[in-house]
Amino acid sequence: MSRRTRLTFFGVAVACFGTVLVIGFTGLPPFGDYHGVYGQVLNGVAVSLRHATDIVTSLNFDIRAFDTLGEEFILFSSVLGVVLLLRQMRKEDEQESEEGEQEGEEEHTFAGASEALRALSLVLVPTMIAIGVYIVVHGALTPGGGFQGGVILAAAPLGVFLGGRYLKMKRIAPDTLVESGEAIGALGFALVGLGGLIFVGIFFKNFLPFGIPGHLLSAGMQPIASIAVGLEVAGAFVLAWTEFLDQAMLMSDEEDG
Amino acid sequence: MTVLQIAALAAVAVSGGAVVIMEDPLRQALLLGMFGLSLTILFFVFQAPDVALSEIVVSTVGLPVMVLLAIRKVRQQEERQQEEQGESADA
Repeated sequence: MSRRTRLTFFGVAVACFGTVLVIGFTGLPPFGDYHGVYGQVLNGVAVSLRHATDIVTSLNFDIRAFDTLGEEFILFSSVLGVVLLLRQMRKEDEQESEEGEQEGEEEHTFAGASEALRALSLVLVPTMIAIGVYIVVHGALTPGGGFQGGVILAAAPLGVFLGGRYLKMKRIAPDTLVESGEAIGALGFALVGLGGLIFVGIFFKNFLPFGIPGHLLSAGMQPIASIAVGLEVAGAFVLAWTEFLDQAMLMSDEEDG
Repeated sequence: MTVLQIAALAAVAVSGGAVVIMEDPLRQALLLGMFGLSLTILFFVFQAPDVALSEIVVSTVGLPVMVLLAIRKVRQQEERQQEEQGESADA
């Protein structure tokens, strides 16, 4: 196809798309106008019914928790897929050079990590862990929750890697710990749902006392669900990153040497 | 709409366009991080802090790191292939 025909096709497509877009935009409600009935109802009842001050968390981990269970296992199984694929690939190379890997491990540093970057990562890593834990446990009170806190927690070991210490990163986040964290988190969230089934008779029904709104232990099962999801998400992200890093960092050294 | 919201929308439009226009994958990955950061600010000024908190780590740290590692892996394989071709040409 010549350049001119391609441009003609592109022009026609853009003109059609633009027309539809303009027609669509003229029919939109004005900025800030909200008509979602479900959202307005939830805004009204979340504090009085669930004693949770963050509506998004009480939606995700309580009222719509069954959907979150599905989402959680989407993440779980996709990371499992990544791990299965990449470890399978790595095994072929590892069998050939298993002894060579042992020697160079201590020396492994990330080229280009300056002293300033290292000092920065030293400050950033504990800060990220503190913020991550705060966001996970305050899921029902302030914005954020299991997922948000979990990804922040997962980014902390990555800060160690960026500071030039890849194998130190593996030491503060060893594979077995990360794997079991992910599995326990996934299981824990399912158990919270099962608790509802056992004690109240409905899967994922909030079965714990709601407490006083604004207190750390309030909103019933929401803090527990948030911690479980936080563990699962942090484990899943660290596991995926470690597998990618192993591919790019360790295997390349074997190939070079 | 406030000035802050308009500025955040403009930042998303500019950085999103820049990611598409940039041809070098390495710079594209870095721009992707900037795009993610502007999206985070956008979510925050439009009063969606929950989404902003998820976005900030996933798009400024998570995604660029995976793209960068994939680029590194691809380049290593290309170099190896070139070396092998060079060796066979010498022989």
